[in-house]
Amino acid sequence: MTFSTHITDVPDEQVAITCEDVTISYGAFEAVKSVFLEVPRGKVTAFIGPSGCGKSTVLRCFNRMNDLIPSFSLKGRIIYEGQDLYAKAVDPVEVRRRIGMVFQRPNPFPKSIYENIAFGARINGYTGDMDELVERSLRRAAVWDECKDKLQESGYSLSGGQQQRLCIARTIATQPDVILMDEPCSALDPISTLKVEETMHELKKDFTIVIVTHNMQQAVRVSDMTAFYNAVAVEGGTGKVGYLVEFDETANIFNNPRQQATQEYVSGRFG
Amino acid sequence: MASSGSEGLYTLRHRPPSDKLVDQSFRFLVTALAALVAIILFAIFLVVTLDAREAIAKFGLGFLVNSTWNPSTENFGAFTAIYGTLLTSALALLLAIPLGVGTAIFLTENFIPSRYRTIIGNLVELLAAIPSVVLGLWAIFVLEPVLRPLLQLIHRLLGWIPFFSTMPTGPGVMPAVLILVIMVLPIITAISRDSLNQVPPDLRQAAYGVGATRWTSIFKVLLPAAISGIIGGVMLALGRALGETMAVTMIIGNSNNFTLSWFAPGNTISALLANQFGEADGLQVHALMYAALVLMIITFIVNVLAQWIVKRLSLKYS
Amino acid sequence: MPSPSADLFFRPGLLRNRGNQLLTIISCLCAVIVLIPLFCVIAYVLIKGIAVIRPQMFFELPPAPGMEGGGIANAFLGTIIVTALSCLFSIPVGIGGGIYLAEYGAGNRFSDFIRFGTNVLAGVPSIIAGVFIYGLVVATRLLFGNSYSAVAGGLALAVLMLPTIIKTTDEGLKLVPQELRWGSLGVGASKFVTTMKVVLPSAVAPIATGIVLAIARSAGETAPLIFTALFSPFWPEGIFKPIATMSVLVFNFAIMPYEAQITLAWAASFVLVFMILGMNLVARWISGLAKR
Ligand SMILES: Nc1ncnc2c1ncn2[C@@H]1O[C@H](COP(=O)(O)OP(=O)(O)OP(=O)(O)O)[C@@H](O)[C@H]1O
Ligand SMILES: [Mg+2]
Repeated sequence: MTFSTHITDVPDEQVAITCEDVTISYGAFEAVKSVFLEVPRGKVTAFIGPSGCGKSTVLRCFNRMNDLIPSFSLKGRIIYEGQDLYAKAVDPVEVRRRIGMVFQRPNPFPKSIYENIAFGARINGYTGDMDELVERSLRRAAVWDECKDKLQESGYSLSGGQQQRLCIARTIATQPDVILMDEPCSALDPISTLKVEETMHELKKDFTIVIVTHNMQQAVRVSDMTAFYNAVAVEGGTGKVGYLVEFDETANIFNNPRQQATQEYVSGRFG
Repeated sequence: MASSGSEGLYTLRHRPPSDKLVDQSFRFLVTALAALVAIILFAIFLVVTLDAREAIAKFGLGFLVNSTWNPSTENFGAFTAIYGTLLTSALALLLAIPLGVGTAIFLTENFIPSRYRTIIGNLVELLAAIPSVVLGLWAIFVLEPVLRPLLQLIHRLLGWIPFFSTMPTGPGVMPAVLILVIMVLPIITAISRDSLNQVPPDLRQAAYGVGATRWTSIFKVLLPAAISGIIGGVMLALGRALGETMAVTMIIGNSNNFTLSWFAPGNTISALLANQFGEADGLQVHALMYAALVLMIITFIVNVLAQWIVKRLSLKYS
Repeated sequence: MPSPSADLFFRPGLLRNRGNQLLTIISCLCAVIVLIPLFCVIAYVLIKGIAVIRPQMFFELPPAPGMEGGGIANAFLGTIIVTALSCLFSIPVGIGGGIYLAEYGAGNRFSDFIRFGTNVLAGVPSIIAGVFIYGLVVATRLLFGNSYSAVAGGLALAVLMLPTIIKTTDEGLKLVPQELRWGSLGVGASKFVTTMKVVLPSAVAPIATGIVLAIARSAGETAPLIFTALFSPFWPEGIFKPIATMSVLVFNFAIMPYEAQITLAWAASFVLVFMILGMNLVARWISGLAKR
């Protein structure tokens, strides 16, 4: 088995994040090996693949969320705006101000809806009209109608789907450059999912979005590019090692993939 | 691409150095505060040892087996107090363990509706909140006078046994033991109850399933499964009993004359400290510090042993 | 006529059933025996306290030996001052240490060591805390030349409160879901802001509960005070002078041969128990608030 990957030829100024031979380990265990990837700017990129193949692991490296895990270590380079994110001098907090993240489970702060939005904006030194920003962010996250009458109530007073959109609003309120989403719809019902997807369509005009999803239809609906990851058992390894199988335009991945494994996965004939 | 119009509104896209400084300083501050625990612990050992070193030099290990404590001749030995500390704690635990574990079983079995059990459990925990000095006062004016006739009866009947060989006439070792029992019961009861509650119900069902009676399953299944927590609670109680000062000081009689009798006045290390520290000077202070060091070492060993046992046993059963 | 299933009937005479009943009775007896002293102590302190307490006691000083009347006003004030001082010392350190353990210490050796140290410190007898502060600041006159003082008493109590506060903070913070930290870091908040603005506020209830319980316990402590804060028959003269506290008052007056002093000892006990039970109720109320 070779770790062959395809780098689509995206012109340099259109690349938001580049992975160069990225290998990620937790302690002695290599979770993901040798990823080469160029996330295009202003587009939606989807990560798909079986559970445990390292999608979240790679995604969380883009804004250094993995720094919180003590055993985590990374080899290779992740380049954002010409800067290696894992260079010594880089401040992870600054990285996260430009690369925001929406998590798998909705995690609003135990504060009012208004404060949930204002918190991040204030941290980023927002000097504009806060009321206006709150409204605009909630509108763009398609949750304004549900929230407008209870801005001072706790974020927990919303339903799960509304909470997730609140979290999206919270992220866009800080105006990041890139938004990372780790299975943002996995805790949502189909109607909320549809709303979040509409939100994404709306957002991609302004942001670069990377989304992890287990839902193929969703990948097809929202993404322009798709990266398929897989995991294989390696000799001498302590578990399955994830790797990037194929990265291409979404239409190509789903209609005529170059790799056998991709073909099997997208057509549902996967072990 | 973020719409460039509003980008300028975010003035802190780059963190100002002050922000980083606050972050770093906070990390440094909390690390230092945590380290303070270790420093205090170390300082306690250091201060007590330094202040004890003259007495250590003078009396050596003989301090531990010498039962004279005479400030006028400056001859100090802590045997009576050490013996008293170990004896009162041992007797108190001997009485408190069956009572506490029995109560814990009562509180986890369905003999009475759970509402009442919760109330009783809360009451027992309240007992732990009563200050020891108040228990001491109560012991002086209520417990000891009420108990005296009973102890006198025991003396008359069993006076030939050395432990009961003196006529109880007031403060003494036995009332101190009983007040210690009252003080450690809530610890043993509460921790044993929690440990028994944590035993998975399947275990009991398995025992009932093979025809075991209620008490067979308690003794053969529930107690062994909860033993790590119970022993942890007992060790905690032992640590508390060894170091308990006020109630004991007020009722033990503070006598440095060694006797085997449990009905005579006695002493413990902490009672010795509480009584004499205020008026002591010169070598007596150093001797008291030496006694404090002994107490610290004993409780330290008990506590470390407790942590070790709980860790070992909980690994085995979880 | 014996039915075929007679063998399944409960036979009280069976050895097995006798034994079971006996053990059940024993366990009930245990519970009763445990409850008796509790009722006796609380009932006696309350009855005796209500019988002797007079409102003037909160405004008067204790009488000279052999005199009548008097009050516990200085001791009441002193208990509040010394307890407040101990909070001042122990709460910032305890919460800071707890924050370190829960937020910064994940998986490193140093935090394991500090956790161990916290447990050991929690097991240090209270009299040793008094001896330590005596040796450190009283005997050496470290505090601007003063020996016995309210501050020394507060320090001794703080040594006892510290491990409890660290543990409750550590455990309270660990209950905060990890996702909340991610959320805050994800919008670009620093670890400091995340901890202070998001994590700590979510854990206020358990931490406050633990701190109130720690205060309740330290308010009744005597052993660490008898040779640090000492006692004083007068009004508090400042935090660097010896000070009266209710717990030391009970200890000192209990063994005096004067009726007036013994009465005051009961009055002080009543006030202490009342205060401590009150604080326990407050703690329960706070933790109840959090569950809703
Ligand atoms: N904190 C961690 N410590 C150790 N190993 C981890 C940790 N997080 C993830 N892993 C391991 O890394 C591998 C990749 O995990 P990751 O969460 O990235 O998978 P995933 O593709 O996102 O799966 P899923 O679709 O189920 O979310 C897995 O084998 C997992 O066990
Ligand atoms: Mg994942």
